[in-house]
Amino acid sequence: MTFLRVVWLVMRKDLLVELRSREIVYTTMFFAVSCVLVFAFGFVREGQPMEDVGAGILWIAVAFSGTLALGRAFERERQSETLRALLLAPVDRPALYIAKLLGVLVLLAAVEVIIVPLVALLFQAPLFRHLAMLLALLAAGTIGFTAVGTLFGAMLARARSRDVLLPVLLYPITVPVIIAGVRGTSALLQADPDPAVARAWLSLLVSFDVVFITLALWTFEPVMTD
Amino acid sequence: MNGVRSGWRVLPILAMLTAGPVASGVVSAQPPPPQPKAAQDEFVPIDQLPPEEKLPAAPLLIAAYSVAWLAVAGYLFSIWRRLDRVDRDIAEAGRRLPRT
Amino acid sequence: MQRLFLPLTLLVAAMFAYAPVMIAQAPFESTMLLVQKIFYFHVPSWFVMFSGAFLCAGASVVYLAKGSRNADHYALAGAELAVVFGLMGLITGPLWARKAWGVWWEWDVKLTLALVVWLTFVAYLLLRRYGGAGSEKLAAGVGIFGAANIPFVYYSVNWWRTMHPKTTVVPTLREGMRGTFWFCVLAFMLLMVLIVAARVRLERQRALVDDLFLELED
Repeated sequence: MTFLRVVWLVMRKDLLVELRSREIVYTTMFFAVSCVLVFAFGFVREGQPMEDVGAGILWIAVAFSGTLALGRAFERERQSETLRALLLAPVDRPALYIAKLLGVLVLLAAVEVIIVPLVALLFQAPLFRHLAMLLALLAAGTIGFTAVGTLFGAMLARARSRDVLLPVLLYPITVPVIIAGVRGTSALLQADPDPAVARAWLSLLVSFDVVFITLALWTFEPVMTD
Repeated sequence: MNGVRSGWRVLPILAMLTAGPVASGVVSAQPPPPQPKAAQDEFVPIDQLPPEEKLPAAPLLIAAYSVAWLAVAGYLFSIWRRLDRVDRDIAEAGRRLPRT
Repeated sequence: MQRLFLPLTLLVAAMFAYAPVMIAQAPFESTMLLVQKIFYFHVPSWFVMFSGAFLCAGASVVYLAKGSRNADHYALAGAELAVVFGLMGLITGPLWARKAWGVWWEWDVKLTLALVVWLTFVAYLLLRRYGGAGSEKLAAGVGIFGAANIPFVYYSVNWWRTMHPKTTVVPTLREGMRGTFWFCVLAFMLLMVLIVAARVRLERQRALVDDLFLELED
């Protein structure tokens, strides 16, 4: 079986399972929305939401929802023992990694479709001004975050204390993603938007993605074998 | 084998023995603190800082070095204690072995 | 190596005993005077932290590639070193900064990078302790990712902070200070070698005990 075919089959399996129950998608979306609302209530000054916090809140909501989605995605595999089945299959392990990565990305894309307008609304953030650049930043950042998260989520699927260990491990490693995402988005949101700065941050995100996906592909095999 | 193991013991003991006299040496070796200079901050020129901003440096210095010594000594001590426990476990395992 | 152990211990103990004398005699730095002397222990502790981090990462690569348990012991030793000496640096730094800069903390490149790397290795240790069986391999992944992250954190924080430039008071080393500084660095490096050796031995003994008890149960 070719690499791409394996990726397609596993991803399709995940998406089909998800479509039938819609469990992760609904819960993660609801979580993301409540997260943004909690921030809207928390960051209030003189009865109005604070400005300039839109960028940070958007990325924090993505990070928190991503952690939740990753945890749930692998929990489901663990509960039905399908993880072992996948690992026993005579396929390239890295293909499994890519398939899981793409599955979670699709999910997070759906979540971001909801929360980007919500943040724009609640924090009066002109997020649609430079839409293409914003989408590029979101894509690159979400890919980076999910790339690391998928590896760690898979690693932790059979470990103890996996629920709390995933964010504990994930957040320090994804600090550059958050910094770059927030600063890049802020550059687009400020009164005098600076697309050049946003482009610089985008290039950092893209190089992060390349390096860490490569690293994850290298380490997925040895880390998942007993 | 035994000589090596006792060698491991010496390390933390020596470290802790030297820490005591050395720490007191640091304190006594300091010259009397000069007129404390105010904190350097690029936004506030030194002569414009109010007198209460001028911190004495000696307590900070003593605290810093104490922390350093405590950290090293504490860590060495924890290694020593764990080595002790492991040695006891090995002895225990050795005791049980001939019976099987 | 084990024959060198006792002389090395004595050497390190002697160096640490002598270091405060050298430090007290070193000339004062012109703007920060007495408090700058924290630098002689503060900077070497960061050297040890980063050496520990790279030791952990390198040993993790070997462990994942070859499955050598010995490499795993070195990885754990490196991570513990990074956390202990990083903590030392994170405490001595603000104590120095409070006097020298007037603030306990600043989000500049070096500090933020050091904090993030330290957090990564604390996470490594948490994983090893609470992750249950098989967490050695997982931790190896974390160690490698943590080290690979260092340039990214450095650049991202650097760009972030250069948008708001801040100058820091960095001492330029004068004659008397240079000797003392490198003496302390050497003392810390030798201490690090000793600690790694002791820690690896501890892990080997632990592995031996586990194997022995497993055999007994058969």
